[in-house]
Amino acid sequence: MSISIENLSFSYGSKQVLHDLSFDIPDGMLVNVLGPNGVGKSTLFRCILGLNQHYTGRVLVNDKDIKSLSIRERAREISYIPQTHASVYDYEVVDVVLMATGSDLKMLTNPGEAQRQRAYGALERIGIADFAHRMYTQISGGEQQLVLIARALAQNARTIVMDEPTSALDYGNTVRVLSCVRQLAHEGLSIIQSTHNPDHAFLYSDRTLVLKDGRIDAYGTPHEVITSELISGLYSVDVEVNSLYGDKVRICVPKHEIEARQERMDYETR
Amino acid sequence: MNEISHSGTGLSHKSLSHSARRANAIITGLAIGVVVIVGISLLLGRYPIDPIQAIEMLVNCVVPIEQSWTDQQATLFFNVRLPRILLALMVGCCLSVAGAAYQGTFQNPLVSPDILGASQGAAFGAALAILAGFTGAMVSVSAFFMSLFTVFLVLLISSRAKGNHMMVVVLAGVMVSSLFQAGVSYTKLIADPNNDELADITYWLMGSLTGAKMSQVGIVFPILLIGCAVLFALRWRINILTMGDDEASTMGVNARVIRVIVIVAATFVTAACVSVTGMIGWVGLVIPHLCRMLIGADYRKLIPASMLMGAGFLLVVDDIARLATTAEIPIGILTAFVGAPFFLYLITRKKKI
Repeated sequence: MSISIENLSFSYGSKQVLHDLSFDIPDGMLVNVLGPNGVGKSTLFRCILGLNQHYTGRVLVNDKDIKSLSIRERAREISYIPQTHASVYDYEVVDVVLMATGSDLKMLTNPGEAQRQRAYGALERIGIADFAHRMYTQISGGEQQLVLIARALAQNARTIVMDEPTSALDYGNTVRVLSCVRQLAHEGLSIIQSTHNPDHAFLYSDRTLVLKDGRIDAYGTPHEVITSELISGLYSVDVEVNSLYGDKVRICVPKHEIEARQERMDYETR
Repeated sequence: MNEISHSGTGLSHKSLSHSARRANAIITGLAIGVVVIVGISLLLGRYPIDPIQAIEMLVNCVVPIEQSWTDQQATLFFNVRLPRILLALMVGCCLSVAGAAYQGTFQNPLVSPDILGASQGAAFGAALAILAGFTGAMVSVSAFFMSLFTVFLVLLISSRAKGNHMMVVVLAGVMVSSLFQAGVSYTKLIADPNNDELADITYWLMGSLTGAKMSQVGIVFPILLIGCAVLFALRWRINILTMGDDEASTMGVNARVIRVIVIVAATFVTAACVSVTGMIGWVGLVIPHLCRMLIGADYRKLIPASMLMGAGFLLVVDDIARLATTAEIPIGILTAFVGAPFFLYLITRKKKI
């Protein structure tokens, strides 16, 4: 089991954010976490990554209790792909990727040829090997996100956590990044990522985990889980879930807008 | 013939990228530059010393060789010129590397090695010692420990504060610095102007390498060597610190531990430097920036480049300080003349720092 959560609860001071969560993520699965802002997605991820240690319950990653692992051991089990962010200093792309290769190095040793090969290998796997010597701040946001994915790959961990990987990207980059992530899950990595867009869950994920008020609202395949009732309960928006291409893909459309379009069309044909 | 040499070097060429080769060339160039500057510095002054003779005199300390120099020259070399050159090299190297390290750990390109109060603390310690009637080594000892105490105080205060930790540390450093600056001003107020106390404090604050002695060099050298060795060994990990603590931690680097080690090493190095020379500002801010422009932000290259450029820079400035006018100019004034305009250039130029 890639991630196994048992009775996880977490509080910031007196404010309880996560309430008794339990779920499992099998190996090689892409799981999307859906839920409005402030629902506890990031807190959940921080617990899984071992950044928040003051939780109750158990978090197992690749069957190892995350609390019992050192920082270095943790990095070998699970890696993190943050949102792209402005970096204060400018590094070459390959040096950014190289940063994740230190978990098996001694404290005072610097990465050598083996680590460098791993970094180049990760860039090649994502298909951006020709970026290796460009400056990280001078490539586009989507390319930066791909570099961070390559960095997580170079870390050689089997499980990856992504926090809203596409929130700052344009449409083309969003598709490219998510499709790259989906491909990695097909190749055997387990990935848990948060998203705001239920359409992305339909398109890319194997399972959808719905968080509401710090509790699990639903967990299953996107087709089972994402219904118009669920979306209106989560986001207070009435949607119609439409099926396309023989139900291979579904999309959500806000009902109010369907009616508004109808009114506009009636007005224009009048 | 041609083919054989190609097959021999083919692999290593491929593994070294263009930028890595460029960086190696720059570092080698800086190293050669430092050697040349040392040679020129020996020749400068009222009594020039031939660099060849200087090497012979040094060799003579280990293996006796035929004497081609006068005893007077040897005295001048070992008691005046050599300690001064060594001190300039060491202090320039260390302030620069400490500045580079601080800029990395605080993820802030505008901090300098005295951001945590190391310089103002040292100044207060020195002023107190001068006020108490001490001279020479005791002033340095007092400055050194007061400097360490100041930084410790800043870290203690900031560990109790809430909010963005890195920002709080820098703010606490600025506040505590100004507190100690007020302390220094007060010591100047009550210092006796008639028996040179006031002059000594004022002169100390301006920073100078005048009167560098071999004994001073010998005392601070081990501290500087250990501090620099630590920063050099951790140079790649400073890269990872610049990504922020959480990201560093998910990549298997204990950011808090590394940061504390880097801060302690950089602080010891800074405190040791300023306690011997007095306040020499700007070097630790400007040199890492120049190196970053030249060689990039990667600390694996930036740390050695800063060491070399800082050493060379301070030696050049010290040559100017001792030769430009008949009376010596305190080197702290000169570094400020160079540093402040450069800093203004940095914050006004359009490109990202």
